[in-house]
This record gives sequence, structure tokens and C-alpha cells, in this order.
Amino acid sequence: MSRSSKSHDGPANPSRRGLLKAGIAGAGLVAGAGLARAAGGDPANLPPNVADWSRYLGPGVDAAPYGMPSEHEAQVVRRSVEWLTASRESSINFTPLHELDGIITPNGLCFERHHGGVAEMNPTDYRLMINGLVDKPLIFTLEDLKRFPRVNRLYFLECAANSGMEWRGAQLNGCQFTHGMVHCVMYTGVPLKYLLEEAGLKTNAKWIMPEGGDAAGMNRSVPIEKALDDCIVAFKMNGEALRPEQGYPARLVVPGWEGNMWVKWLRRIEVGDMPWHAREETSKYTDLLEGGKARRFTWVMDAKSVITSPSPQAPILHAKGATVLTGLAWSGNGRITRVDVTLDGGKNWHEARIDGPSLPKALHRFYFEFDWDGSELLLQSRAHDETGYVQPTKDALRAVRGTNSIYHNNGIQTWYVKADGGVENVEIS
Amino acid sequence: MSRFLKVAALSVGAALALSQPLQAGSLGLGTPATPEEIAGWDIDVRPDGAGLPEGRGTVAEGEAIFSEQCAVCHGDFGEGAGRWPVLAGGQDTLTSEAPVKTIGSYWPYLSTVYDYIHRAMPYGNAQSLSADETYAVVAYLLYLNDIVDDEEFELSKENFASIRLPNEDGFIDDGRPDTPLASEAPPCMSECKAEVKITKRARIIDVTPEDDGEVSGMAVD
Ligand code: HEC
Repeated sequence: MSRSSKSHDGPANPSRRGLLKAGIAGAGLVAGAGLARAAGGDPANLPPNVADWSRYLGPGVDAAPYGMPSEHEAQVVRRSVEWLTASRESSINFTPLHELDGIITPNGLCFERHHGGVAEMNPTDYRLMINGLVDKPLIFTLEDLKRFPRVNRLYFLECAANSGMEWRGAQLNGCQFTHGMVHCVMYTGVPLKYLLEEAGLKTNAKWIMPEGGDAAGMNRSVPIEKALDDCIVAFKMNGEALRPEQGYPARLVVPGWEGNMWVKWLRRIEVGDMPWHAREETSKYTDLLEGGKARRFTWVMDAKSVITSPSPQAPILHAKGATVLTGLAWSGNGRITRVDVTLDGGKNWHEARIDGPSLPKALHRFYFEFDWDGSELLLQSRAHDETGYVQPTKDALRAVRGTNSIYHNNGIQTWYVKADGGVENVEIS
Repeated sequence: MSRFLKVAALSVGAALALSQPLQAGSLGLGTPATPEEIAGWDIDVRPDGAGLPEGRGTVAEGEAIFSEQCAVCHGDFGEGAGRWPVLAGGQDTLTSEAPVKTIGSYWPYLSTVYDYIHRAMPYGNAQSLSADETYAVVAYLLYLNDIVDDEEFELSKENFASIRLPNEDGFIDDGRPDTPLASEAPPCMSECKAEVKITKRARIIDVTPEDDGEVSGMAVD
């Protein structure tokens, strides 16, 4: 905090207030080389002195029966943009992508999107009904679900409206806000196929309609092929029970497809022979094109990537020299095979290094280490997936779809790095 | 033929990517759902009218319910109070810079109006409207959207399917991928352009602007 020196206040730095509100007070768009290191730390704790924590005993076990992050990580939280929605119960917040690394999102940081608030469900009163075109309509308790064979799968979940604010041009300054409606966790649950088999599908079963037990009664139509392919009814994320805001005690997992379909607090699955055309697949989650027609049933999340650091909330705080660029890439159609990055606004591209597991329909972590000469940069990343799909530019998307689509904006993101290390969301020619 | 085989035959083309523990048909888990249990939860309505309950309600009856239970958020005429959703109007705006998507201008099927209002509205007291009340409110929304013009009009299970919404033909299938694949246009790696200019800058530097008006009309979904 001591780093946010007075000299950075005032009109010369208009973005400072925004950054403060976004919780990175102290990042302070440090200008001078070496300033960050020199200013960081209390000399009493630095060599050759010996810090208190090296002398005195710290808290014992059970000081925190459920461990929490260090108090020094208090800025690493989900954030919302209050003016986006009329009500907190039908709203969104965003994953702090700029603070994370690797490919797993910690449970407490997975973005939230509710349409009727968080259903506070008692697990003993949890029931999942399967009815419709089945031989035997059934009701499962949570304990019943846990007696089916389980699978563990790592998948990203992205809201179809992620980056939706950016269709008309650069809007929000921070990848938390432009790209933070995505997370990736390990789900444990029962393949939906087993539950449908248990009820027995009739031969004319073509669609299912998962329905939530929340006050929005969220419902969507899912084709039976997808339901039998890789959908899961999950009750754990990253090894522990689903968080209430992620659908405790059980949610649907629809790998690679838009987050709205991953019905939380899943209470019922109806099997039918045609789609329902629910509100969330007509009024919402349809993509209005330039001519006035709208695409519907746009389920897959196409390949996308974003540089998470440097980014507006993660400016470069060190002097020129060795610099790590990192980001995330993902595709609803499978694995990411390659990520290209550019430092000069697309004049020249370099293949980034993907590190960590490369799993289908999961986040991939990429790095590009470079020697920053202290000059301005225009950063972009471009993802390729195993189907041969290449992440398009935003202009290429606008050329085919116009600017009214809201959903499925997977265009290439540009960050403008200034000589002082500060970063801004821009678009370029 | 075992149930497993039937299911497998149905899932034409579906790649069985999940590992398959040995499973001989039914595990005998779960309990049969009774007709009463199903009736209480099976609330969905489809465009062909499947799922509609018995019932009826008029525009005039709907207006009374709407002003009491809906207008505080959606406005007396569905115009939307403050930033709450607009439910009427917007005709001929779908090609404009600021499309107004309503039941009258955008929604393809009337069944969605019934289904959604009964399952989710009034916001904060979902599933509280009776079948007759829901028919009445839906009738009133048809009136507000100039789809019916008679206050005596009565909507019922019987005449429901005869009502068509104006934008029913406004929807097309997913056309993606709609940008070139690597095989069609291999992405350039070096000397791809001579110069680069910044064309747009973040409109909202402050992520929490004080001025609501600045971005009104933008929606996240
Ligand atoms: C307290 C405010 C409030 C009240 C009262 C209310 N609504 Fe809503 N309504 C909302 C909100 C918020 C949404 C959007 C919810 C979402 O998107 O998750 C909504 C959405 C809708 C929609 C869908 C709009 C669209 O374009 O998709 C309809 C239709 C609707 N309401 C009808 C009604 C009716 C009919 C009533 C009265 C019986 C009612 N509402 C009462 C707040 C309210």
C-alpha cells in the first residue's frame, strides 16, 4: 500500500480511481524502474534483520478449521459491476483472472450468475426428478446419486455473455471484467447417461429439459445426443461439495457449452421429443444478427484466449528486462493446440508455451517470456483448437454478425501497455 | 434388447468419451415418481401447447393483476420502470443500434410467456400465480403488445395455440463456425502489417462509474 505515492494522484493519471475501486490500490502504475522492489517491504523484516515471524510462534493448527487465503490476498475476490443489472439477485460477478495462475479456479473465486438469487437448499430435502418420455419416472435423493458410478472431469464453464459488453468497442478496463465470466474446476459426479438409463428412455426421446430448483426455475433444452455424450450431474467441485452459489447440492455439467445450460440446484429433468423454447433460449441467449434475424441454439463456446498479465488490473510493476506474459485459452470444441501472442499489435506473432495439462474443454495456461525494452506494447493472443478453428479478431466477428449479438464474443483482445507499465483495454487497426 | 443397448442405439454418433464402468442395466436406484409428485413439479409449457393447464383469463382481468403485482417493476404498460425489463413495444427495432427485445418484437412463441411468468414471476414470489391468473396476465401482455386489441379477449387452454407472435420466423440455426478455419486462411506469423493504430479505447476507465446514464441500454445478457 505504501507504494501508492502521492505523485500518482491527480489528473495526469485518470485511471487511478478506477484501479483503486477495482481493488489494486498500491499497484499504482509505478513509473520508474526498480521502484517496485525498492519501495516494497519493511526493512526490519529484510536481511540482514530477522523478522518477528522468524522469532515467535505463529497460530497453531485449527486456528482456521476451514483455511482461508492470506490476509495479504484480500484483493483477490470476485467483483461485480453494479450498474450492469437492476437487481443483485439476477446479476453477475467476475472471476479475478488477473490474480490467478494455472488452470484451476479456486471454488470461492468462480464467478456467479444467478437469475433468482442463490437457492439455499437443504441436502436432505434435495430431490432430482426424471419424468417425461421415460419408462419409469424416478426421484433420486442426493444419496441415491452417490451410489452411481462416478467420474472426475475438468471443464471450463463460460457464460455466453462473457465479453458481451465489448461488441461495440473496448469498454471495461480489466480482464476480470472483460473475460471473467469463465472458470474451470474438477467436477465429480454421475454421467447423466446413467440416470437417464435408470429411468429408461423411450425411443422418441430427442431432448431433455433440465430445470433448477431456484426461484428462477431455470430451464433449458438440451439435445439427447449431448445428454448421453458427456453431461454430468455433479455434486463436487475441486473435491469438495459444490458451493451454494454454484448449485449446491447438485448441478448439471454441459462440457464446452454455454454456462446458462449448466443448470444449478438441479431439481428435474424432463425428457421430450422437441425443444421447449424456454425464455433463456428465446428472449435471452439468442444472437441477434445485423439483418434482424437471430441465431438460436448457439450452444458451443468457440475457442478464445486472453492475456491475464500484463492486463489493466495487472500492470507491469518492474523495470525493463525479463518479463512474463501469461494468459488463458479454451475451446468448447476440444483441446487448445496452439496459442500465438504478439507484442506489436499483430505485426509479428510468436508461439506461446502452453504449460500444465492440456485437456479438452478445459482452460489451458500459456506463457510467453520476453525481454521488455521498456517501450509501449500492443499485446494480443490468438488461440487455435484441435478442430482447426482459429480465434478471430473482433472486427472479423462484427463483419459477419454486426454488433447486437451480446453473446459469443470470442474475438481477440488487445491490451495497450504504456511505457510506465500501465495497461489499457483498446482496439487496434 | 437390454436398456443399455437401446440407449446406445439412440445416441447416434455420440462419442462415448466417458470411461464406462461395467453396468448391467438398471441399478435399481431412485424411487418411482408418483403422478401427484410429478404434477406439482412438471410446470413447463411447450410451443405446441403441451403442458398447458386448464384455465382462462381476460385482458381486463390481467390488467388488474398486472398493475398490482407486476407494474412496480415492469411499468403500467410494460414499458419497464427504471432499469427493470421492458415487456412491450420495440417493434421494428431489431435492426437498429439499440434493439428493444420484447414479447411483441422478439419472442417467437407465446408458450414461453406462459411458462416463464408462471415459473419465475412475480420476481421474488415465483409459482404463486394460479393458472387463470397466468392466462389473464399473458392475455394482458398480448394486449400491451398490440397482438390482441379487445379488452374482453379471453385466453384459455383451448385458444392458446391459435395465437402466433410476430417474430416467430425471426430465428435461424447456429451458423458457426462463421470465420475462416486455419486450413482456409492460415494465420500470418510475421510482417503481417506495416503499421498499427489504436482505433478504440476503453470507454469506461472507471469500472464503477458514478453516472448510470453513460451505459444505460447495455445489458450483459
Ligand atoms: C420486483 C420486480 C419485478 C416484479 C414485481 C415482476 N418482475 Fe418480471 N422481471 C423482473 C426481473 C428482474 C426480470 C429479469 C430476470 C432475469 O433475467 O433473470 C423479469 C423478467 C420478466 C419477463 C421476461 C422479460 C424478458 O424480456 O425476457 C417477463 C415476461 C416478466 N418479468 C413478467 C412479469 C409479470 C407478468 C409480473 C407480475 C406477475 C412480473 N414480471 C413481476 C422483475 C420483476
